[in-house]
Amino acid sequence: MEQENRLSMVVFSGDMDKVLAAFVIATGAAASGMEVSMFFTFWGLKAVQKGNLTGKGFFGKMLGLMNRGGIDRIGPSRFNFHGAGRWLFKKMMRDHKVATPAELRKLTIELGVKLIACQMSMEVMEVRRGDLIDEVADCVGVATFLEGASRSKITLFI
Amino acid sequence: MTEQVKADLVLDLKGLLCPIPVVKVSQAIKGVPVGAVVEATATDPGVLADIPAWARTSGNELLEIKRDGKMVTFRVRRVK
Repeated sequence: MEQENRLSMVVFSGDMDKVLAAFVIATGAAASGMEVSMFFTFWGLKAVQKGNLTGKGFFGKMLGLMNRGGIDRIGPSRFNFHGAGRWLFKKMMRDHKVATPAELRKLTIELGVKLIACQMSMEVMEVRRGDLIDEVADCVGVATFLEGASRSKITLFI
Repeated sequence: MTEQVKADLVLDLKGLLCPIPVVKVSQAIKGVPVGAVVEATATDPGVLADIPAWARTSGNELLEIKRDGKMVTFRVRRVK
């Protein structure tokens, strides 16, 4: 298939540092004129959740409690120490004037990056459409991601 | 690179780090007519490599980029 000036990304991780990297690449690509789509799946869903408690059944509710989403709640992959690391990283980022994950996500939306969520992960984790931020364009499956990826110059799995 | 082209828009990117300088420049370029020049000053040393790369991938023309101590000044022209 013809390759276009597109970047298709899978955001699998829900770690703050990896999500930050994903948004930095997405904003940079959009700024360089690329059409960008980010497919949030599994732990990555947390980056596009509003941050409310989720889940329908007992296990879903437990998961929602222990794995609570929201861009301001996610912690770094190392040295999180139950949130202390998240606070420290955010402080250091502010001190060095690096944009926070929430600011970068806002910027990706402003730049027209398409945010899509994995319907299957949402079913498994009992996350509903209403638990995701309104800017998520669609909740889709692997075939939709692959269709876009097959036309993309760059594909990334983060 | 020595020609002095008058800037149509001047940006202050001092203190901002990756990816914000590139994003601000791309947004500024979209706001000026084709042929117009955007000038900016930044303090992020990464800009020295990133602005030329951005110009190549976005298809805009880098007229000049220079470093003076901690300051990096550059001018880009909107091509399309």
